Amino acid sequence: MSDVKLAKDPYNVIITGVGGQGNVLASRLLGGMLAKKGFLVTIGETFGASQRGGSVMSHLRISRAALASPQIPKGRADVIVSLEPAEALRVLALYGNPETILLTNNHPIYPVGVIKGDMVYPPVAEMEAAVMELLPTAHFIDATARALSLGNSILVNIVMLGALGRLNVVPFNREEFKEAIAARLAAGLMEINLQAFDAGYGMV
Amino acid sequence: MSYLIDEGKNAEHLLMGNEAIVRGALEAGINVASGYPGTPSSEIIECFSQVAKERNLYVEWSTNEKVAVEVAAAASFAGLRSLCVMKQNGVNVASDFLLHLASSGTRGGMLLVSCDDPGALSSVNEGESRLFAQLLEIPLLEPGDFQEAKDIIPWAFDLSEQLRNIVMVRSVTRLSHASGNVRFGPLPGTAAKAEFHYSGPLLDPDTGPMIAMIVAAPEAQHGPQQEKLKKAAEIFETCPFNTYTGPAAPELLIVTSSACSLYSREAVSVLGLAERVGILKLATTWPLPQGLLKKHLAAAPKILFVEEVAPTLEDHVKVVAAESGAEIGIKTFFGKKSGHLPSVGELNPDLVIAALSRIFAVPYAGAPAAFSVAVKALAARYAPPRGMTFCPGCPHRASYWSINNAVKLDGRNGFVCGDIGCYVMGTMPAGFNTCKTLHAMGSGSGIASGFGKLKQFGMDQPVMAVCGDSTFFHAAMPALANAIHQRSPFTLMLMDNRGTAMTGFQPHPGSPTNVLGDAVPALDMEKICRAMGAKVEVSDPFDLEKTRQKLNHLMEYADGAKVLILRRACALSPERRGKKDYEVTVDESRCRGEDCGCNRICTRIFGCPGLIWDGEKKVSRVDEIICVGCGVCADICPAGAIVRKEVA
Repeated sequence: MSDVKLAKDPYNVIITGVGGQGNVLASRLLGGMLAKKGFLVTIGETFGASQRGGSVMSHLRISRAALASPQIPKGRADVIVSLEPAEALRVLALYGNPETILLTNNHPIYPVGVIKGDMVYPPVAEMEAAVMELLPTAHFIDATARALSLGNSILVNIVMLGALGRLNVVPFNREEFKEAIAARLAAGLMEINLQAFDAGYGMV
Repeated sequence: MSYLIDEGKNAEHLLMGNEAIVRGALEAGINVASGYPGTPSSEIIECFSQVAKERNLYVEWSTNEKVAVEVAAAASFAGLRSLCVMKQNGVNVASDFLLHLASSGTRGGMLLVSCDDPGALSSVNEGESRLFAQLLEIPLLEPGDFQEAKDIIPWAFDLSEQLRNIVMVRSVTRLSHASGNVRFGPLPGTAAKAEFHYSGPLLDPDTGPMIAMIVAAPEAQHGPQQEKLKKAAEIFETCPFNTYTGPAAPELLIVTSSACSLYSREAVSVLGLAERVGILKLATTWPLPQGLLKKHLAAAPKILFVEEVAPTLEDHVKVVAAESGAEIGIKTFFGKKSGHLPSVGELNPDLVIAALSRIFAVPYAGAPAAFSVAVKALAARYAPPRGMTFCPGCPHRASYWSINNAVKLDGRNGFVCGDIGCYVMGTMPAGFNTCKTLHAMGSGSGIASGFGKLKQFGMDQPVMAVCGDSTFFHAAMPALANAIHQRSPFTLMLMDNRGTAMTGFQPHPGSPTNVLGDAVPALDMEKICRAMGAKVEVSDPFDLEKTRQKLNHLMEYADGAKVLILRRACALSPERRGKKDYEVTVDESRCRGEDCGCNRICTRIFGCPGLIWDGEKKVSRVDEIICVGCGVCADICPAGAIVRKEVA
């Protein structure tokens, strides 16, 4: 899958989630792999105050031709990877189009308004059905359960990267992922991250 | 070894704009870097500190931005290359010294790096630092992408040494916190020798003392300073970072800088206007290169300014156009003032696309309208908004809980003046709407000091202020000194969470180690406040009742300023992260749910993300993944239904 041609140039990927889910690490890992292969990569990140349990979003632009801006124009996301289902919808509403490939974790993280009982978090199954009607190719997977079965919910981001690898739309492979992990994380974390990647790969 | 000091030939890395600035400075042979943390600038000092030993650097987090510039200036005076960095608000703090530094000039190359936050994504304002370059009469550079963020820094150091003055470099969130490919250049040797020469004549730039003093003789220093600026304008005419792309005679010329140049390129490409629109991307935005500008203005009848926050390019270029009207002809201008671009908030490709599509009457839609409508309806129905709140286990939630209760019990309509840090959420429901004023770093204490002196006009409300540990050293100490000296009876609640938490635990003068990891003297805030003459109490904010009692006691005490130190490390701090003090559970049989005296006081009011209201069972429960085991909620529950068990 490392020889995948970009369907468009620039190819636009959004990785989104809630502060603390490892969204930024996922986008840096992916961006690093692609830059190493000679792509021109731009990652625009929204964090800062939002790291305190707010929405977090990374825009990845991948090109052979020219550096793209750090913000994807509305309606022009080719792939949306979301670590949380409501965030997937929020981003889809702004950046999605009928061809967008949506891959999302289906485990909710409740906004403070829901926790307090002021709002209701809609049933994810209902949300999924509504999205599938609009985007029949969307993928909802229980990455949190898979990460927890590997011992830590923090692995959700890596499970999702593995699932993205399987979709075969962004040009990277397991070997490159391994190199990227080796370059960024402590050696002792390699095995568990590879397991998480493989687990995600098997989920779509 | 950090990739920031990769010496491989043709090395290329994906770097954040902030990292690119650091690499550029390393390639320029920087010696000293200083700053005060603030999003989106904080990574710069952190990156320098990671390579300080290998690159023979001195790096510090200074007490505040003014001190940071002074520290960097000393290095320059001693012939070294130095850089000081801050967010836009920091330039306000540093501006007094900067004004005088610009007058005395510098020796070794010296840069002021300001990282602005258009749209106030992580700020209490979207302040504009570019205007300072004009006020200070110093040159301003704005890199347009990641490669340029690296490449422009050595060029800026050379410029600073050529002019003998500080040079300002402005980044924005979408460059500082975005990443792109950056090709590295060579790193120089690390040998450096510092010496301050001062025995020459007063105004000698190489050997005289460094003194900004132009009492009644402005021509002595102000004149030469302006000559430097004129020289900069000449150099800027051929600056390699001012670029033009587009046809020789475009129908419309975009004049832009910084991240906005990337949005402009994208908009022109998306609309297919490359044959009709030219883009003049300026890296030298003060003083403007007039010759270059006139050449490009002459070629196009319409001009569109694409920039964020204040219309500074727009204003300055219009002056050039007015002065050279006879040469370049009459232009039609578009930008913020014409209403084609918004005057507040950050820009993005869509806003530039909208402006161009309006000017050229080219229709544009990002996604098919029917899809947009349907998907927006889905999001409205299924994506509940995500409000800001304190982290689970945050000491501030507990502090504000006690402060609120103390104010209510006191019953004299008291109030709290807010300050800058995570605890700005004291103005919001997350902090129980406790804070009633909020302005700049340290201002809560200064305002409270003033409120405390209004008794003679009949004001008898008790006055309080909050500030964090880093903010205390940064700017609250002078306000506290004022209050003590003026006998202003306000109560400062010093929320000591052991680091500059909001920006990522940078050390401050109260920390036992510095940014380089060296053991350093930690200033004791309790002793300082006592020595200054305040009445001081200390409390653990997780002990809600004692904290409330101490605060009520201090509020009663009317003779001068009081300080209540609320000491508990941030839940995300290295010392607390991943460690649970308690296993917390809800005893469903005891939970009174909606019949609770205060109607679900724990979930509805206290609002910790670790506590969930179970709408089906009508009881509260603990989210084990989110809960960090601080155990504070057990003291909130009037029914004793929240049970905490100490973790062995």
